[in-house]
Amino acid sequence: MINEQQTAPVNRRASFADYLAPQARSLKPSGIRRFFDLVSGRKDVITLGVGEPDFVTPWHVRDACVASLENGKTQYTSNAGMPELREAIGGYLNDRFNVTYNPADEILVTVGGSEAIDLALRALIAPGDEILIPEPCYISYSPITTLTGGVAVGIETLAQDAFKLRAEQLKAAITPRSKVLILCYPSNPTGGVMTYDDWLPIAKLVEENDLIVISDEIYAELSYGQKHVSFAAMPGMRDRTILVSGFSKAFAMTGWRMGYACGHPEIISAMLRIHQYTVMCAPIMGQVAALEALTNGMEEMERMIESYNQRRRLVVKGFREIGLECHEPQGAFYAFPSVKSTGLSSEVFAERLLTEGNVAAVPGNVFGLGGEGHLRCSYATSVSQLNEAIERIGKFVERVRNEG
Amino acid sequence: MSDLKMKILDLLKEDARRDAELIATMLDVQVDVVKREIAEMENDHLIVKYAAVVNWSKVHDETVTALIEVQITPERGRGFEGIAERIYLYPEVKSVYLMSGAYDLLVEVEGKTLKEVASFVSNKLSPIDLVLSTKTFFILKKYKQDGIIFDESVGDQRLMISP
Repeated sequence: MINEQQTAPVNRRASFADYLAPQARSLKPSGIRRFFDLVSGRKDVITLGVGEPDFVTPWHVRDACVASLENGKTQYTSNAGMPELREAIGGYLNDRFNVTYNPADEILVTVGGSEAIDLALRALIAPGDEILIPEPCYISYSPITTLTGGVAVGIETLAQDAFKLRAEQLKAAITPRSKVLILCYPSNPTGGVMTYDDWLPIAKLVEENDLIVISDEIYAELSYGQKHVSFAAMPGMRDRTILVSGFSKAFAMTGWRMGYACGHPEIISAMLRIHQYTVMCAPIMGQVAALEALTNGMEEMERMIESYNQRRRLVVKGFREIGLECHEPQGAFYAFPSVKSTGLSSEVFAERLLTEGNVAAVPGNVFGLGGEGHLRCSYATSVSQLNEAIERIGKFVERVRNEG
Repeated sequence: MSDLKMKILDLLKEDARRDAELIATMLDVQVDVVKREIAEMENDHLIVKYAAVVNWSKVHDETVTALIEVQITPERGRGFEGIAERIYLYPEVKSVYLMSGAYDLLVEVEGKTLKEVASFVSNKLSPIDLVLSTKTFFILKKYKQDGIIFDESVGDQRLMISP
């Protein structure tokens, strides 16, 4: 009786993929994902493919989180993040990188640096806006740009320039539709860094062309030999820059997903509105831990950075000794050696290295323009593993050379 | 102590088999410099020995270790040195520390059985003239020693590949 009423016939879609919005359909799985599938399940593989510290979060940080849970800290926080955490972030950025932000309306605590980038792009991009992205770079900028209706414009940076962004390269990519420049230095995947002098002509172009900069400085602390220069600290650039960073790399807190964005109050407040409708606030457990890391974690952080630096020297020397050209990475925890001399493409090299040499590393082509012919090797792994990996890669390279 | 010596010691403490060349690369200094610094520290007895850290409970799990608090009367002119030496020369004694607080020496003794350790205390340690009293505590399990955690059941938990 109840079901007798006839409903109008619905045109069912042939496949569930047909329900997807075009912009979701156009999102391609990342090349890293594909490589991940190749690696998983294999035994005795040494992996240099991991994009996170090999340290577990320092115990005092974990302990602070546990204690806060025991004390019942399980509520929402203010949308922008706990005031005391924003204070601490402001103080930290001022101390370390000479940039000043008002914790009241210029700092937003996010779910990892990734959310901050998403928020910034969503807040800034109107359909058709061009987003300038120096590559090779972290894999998420371009897809999120596309998802938000923007047009990603890659700018190829070169090994011979130590993968620095050069003014002439940027200039050549700028059009009247250019709106945002995304920077990521120290760079994942290249380990490239930008100095004050490197930044100067870039800042000039940004000013002249009225660009907004999203500066992903998640690896800022992992700078070797010289202090990191924040783009926001360049003269006149503070208000044009959305500084994105977080706790993942410097404090070994990847899984906590704690990041932040700092910038002009009008931009931050727009990002805050999107943030409050989408995630409400970053998890309080992570915020408590992040506060502990900033308050008592600097010594431990320095120790970890020293350890990366030691391993960095080891792998760069190692790659050069087995005949792979390798520019000296001065930041992050990646080496980006060239495999061009073997005559193999990045992808073939990485796949064969995995199957024949039992070493996993990420082929450079997945990081965009300029990545082809390189291999991203994370040195955030133990010294003995690194030595063994270099030896295996050396044997593999020799075998490939003998084939030719 | 120079910063470089300290860094070398840190690297050797993690793994004593690291050679001068590896250390030189990691610290970005000349191999000769590292060799010289290590030789110097060996001569000065800063580096006493290169020994393996053994989890003895896995080798023969009946081994018994005890920590013994010892109260003693210090000797005129020599303080605790003479008696400490008399104690640490016993091969059964693994370590001896002079302590502040309620007792004077903390003595670590190892034996094959509980009885063996007990007999060491009653026949060798306690009868020493200047020893006033002893309190023996048997160690049930060693979790961590010299900064090294023995139970490494959790290894690298990271994904093999991540962006």
